[in-house]
Amino acid sequence: MTIDWKHYSSKDTYDELLTSSGRARSGAGKVMHYLRNLSEEDLKERREAAELAMHVMGITFTVYSEEGGIDRVWPFDIIPRIISAREWQRIEEGLIQRAQALNMFIADIYDKQKIIKDGIFPAEVLKQSVNFREQCMGIKPAHGVWAHICGSDLVRDFDGTMYVLEDNLRVPSGVSYMLENRLVMKRVFPELFEDHSILPIDGYSTRLFDMLASLSAQPTEYPSIVVLTPGIYNSAYFEHSYLAQQMGVELVSGSDLIVEDDIVFMKTINGRSRVDVIYRRVDDLFLDPQVFNPDSMLGVPGIMNAWRKGNVAIANAPGAGVADDKVVYAYVPDMIRYYLDQDAILPNVPTYLCMDDKQREHVLANLENMVVKPANESGGYGMMVGPAASKRMHREFAALIKKNPRNYIAQPTLSLSTVPTLCDGEIEPRHVDLRPFILSGDSMHVTRGGLTRVALNKGSLVVNSSQGGGSKDTWIVETGGA
Amino acid sequence: MLLSSVAERVYWFARYVERVENTARMVLVNNNLLLDMPRNATLGWAPLVSITGKSEIFYDTYKEASERNVMRFLVMDTNNQSCMLCSLKNSRENLRTSRAIFPRGVWETLNDLYSYAKANKSAVLTRRSRYEFLSHVIDSCHLITGKLSASMSHDQIYEFVRLGRNIERADMTSRVIDVRADNLLPKHDEELKPFDDIQWKSVLDSLAGYQMYRRYVHVRVRGVEVLRFLLQDTYFPRAIRHCLTQVELCLRNLPLNEAPQYALVRAQRKIDNIDITKIVGGRLNEFINELQLILYDLNDELTYSYFEGKEVSPKIYKFRQHQ
Repeated sequence: MTIDWKHYSSKDTYDELLTSSGRARSGAGKVMHYLRNLSEEDLKERREAAELAMHVMGITFTVYSEEGGIDRVWPFDIIPRIISAREWQRIEEGLIQRAQALNMFIADIYDKQKIIKDGIFPAEVLKQSVNFREQCMGIKPAHGVWAHICGSDLVRDFDGTMYVLEDNLRVPSGVSYMLENRLVMKRVFPELFEDHSILPIDGYSTRLFDMLASLSAQPTEYPSIVVLTPGIYNSAYFEHSYLAQQMGVELVSGSDLIVEDDIVFMKTINGRSRVDVIYRRVDDLFLDPQVFNPDSMLGVPGIMNAWRKGNVAIANAPGAGVADDKVVYAYVPDMIRYYLDQDAILPNVPTYLCMDDKQREHVLANLENMVVKPANESGGYGMMVGPAASKRMHREFAALIKKNPRNYIAQPTLSLSTVPTLCDGEIEPRHVDLRPFILSGDSMHVTRGGLTRVALNKGSLVVNSSQGGGSKDTWIVETGGA
Repeated sequence: MLLSSVAERVYWFARYVERVENTARMVLVNNNLLLDMPRNATLGWAPLVSITGKSEIFYDTYKEASERNVMRFLVMDTNNQSCMLCSLKNSRENLRTSRAIFPRGVWETLNDLYSYAKANKSAVLTRRSRYEFLSHVIDSCHLITGKLSASMSHDQIYEFVRLGRNIERADMTSRVIDVRADNLLPKHDEELKPFDDIQWKSVLDSLAGYQMYRRYVHVRVRGVEVLRFLLQDTYFPRAIRHCLTQVELCLRNLPLNEAPQYALVRAQRKIDNIDITKIVGGRLNEFINELQLILYDLNDELTYSYFEGKEVSPKIYKFRQHQ
């Protein structure tokens, strides 16, 4: 018995693999042909093989409970998400353009603030930004780059348009799952990799290392690089340890580092050893108890001074989060025009700023069709999906918006594209997004594809791992001939 | 490059595993010993609490050193941070945070043991199930030690495993001698005389040393000889001299070893120069106390040199850079 694809229907959304008439999209033909010929048992077998591989490889995320951290395997679906190389090229250009503009914006904000003086970006938005760090004013990081690793979330609407939903510029995570998902797929479907030209992604850790090395202030051949983690109880600890291992650098906690004479050292059994570059996965506010949160046990006293003096590079730079704000997000197309004199290649999702009287009125009048998000939360927390929410929720959010308009934005509810997903032996459409990672140092690099997150609950639009999300491998496929 | 914090976790992981094993064996042996003793013997379970050095904490919670109370205290009472379950938990936490450097099987065994001990801990409260529970614990500890020895590179990280294991062993042996031997050496009630033999045997047993003693010391079990064996034997893994020699070998493979080596040599001289026949006349406690202080010093020097990363100041570092 093969899987019955006739009942597969994603009429109300854009499906990434199939057109509305049920034909395979560009790049997905061979995979669809292959999947259509697999029996139910085959699929089940592959799925079990994938689960086993995830366990054996120890691909986990941490859920903290009273028992201490529990490592859970992140749900993975074996049907890949496919994007043609031709479409991807345009997306990649768009992402590079965007990361460039964002970095120019951050550099400008901590320098002369020309964009405000020229009336493009309102001063009051900056004034109320919780991610703006006064302490970073006047600092000039290497290559003028602040957001060295950027994870931008992309979503596709009903009509097929790919939008940028948000830019994660603080400590974006997920890249390790992207890399591991591919390894799992190669184990489970080796024959598919023989027939397709799927662009490889495993150069990421080398690229990341090279980018970090390019930030070093000391002109040594092998700068000393560390990954700074908040520790074992952080949900992304697996990734921190994974990336450190892949790059062959030390994984450190704040207590492993010490600053003397504005130089950062790590403590080793051979004594102290100088650190040149820190890939930090600790939030700004916990980085340096002398400058930010004085109670922070995760940080390193004096590290900000060392950075300011140029004795150590920090990626992402403290303060880079100023552009990771859903209100600031609304101005990115303007930034691209202002700094690069170009039109945005990848559009923003239309965004209503509740701080603007007129826009707020529109939002309040149409709450049931809107997604309302707080400006500075991540992980899908504190938001309301209008069509799915109760009348009471609508009233609650109306009150929240009126109370603190700067803290809220609203967007029309996108339908979010779907990908066929194996659910209880049936193949059903499930909503997905895509998080590519953009590296910026002395040069720029975009991952080929990214992490596709999938909302495993029927009809759900929330893809976060903490809330019922899983992931898929993402294939950028050369279609050839064209 | 070995981070100080990693070295520290590895060291304590090994110490705690060793402590779990030692505690389990100590309880097991006392259990067997008591079955052999006459009903009115005063021995009981109190010495076990003394060995752990936690009598004060014990009597804060319990009125008397009854079998059940002592079992609870040694195996699962979280007021006693050295209890078996706490030691297991601590060793697991230390391993968790440095998992990547150990063979996977080590984590699996320790994790299994922790779940087993947590689920079955009350087995220790009844004499019938006690043996099975404690033997399983001891065997699992041996499995961990074996996996480390057989499948981990014997590099600098491994030296810290051995350091932890041997220092904990030396510490435990000195405690057992302190509490058990001291009770045995002075004159006893005539009534108990016939039981001295089995008590000395149990001292050896609690350090898994009876068989080896019989092979190397060709006399029947006698107090002075047992002491000499436990303090000065070169080959028995739990004899203090042997443990210190292991520490010496580890330190040779590590950098910045001057200060720890100095503490080590003090301990070695103490063991080498002791005249056993002279300390049995009442100076044993004093001797053991002095030895333990040196072992603490050794631990402190390791902490200072390797775990706190204070040896080379950045000033010296900069100076070297400019040369």
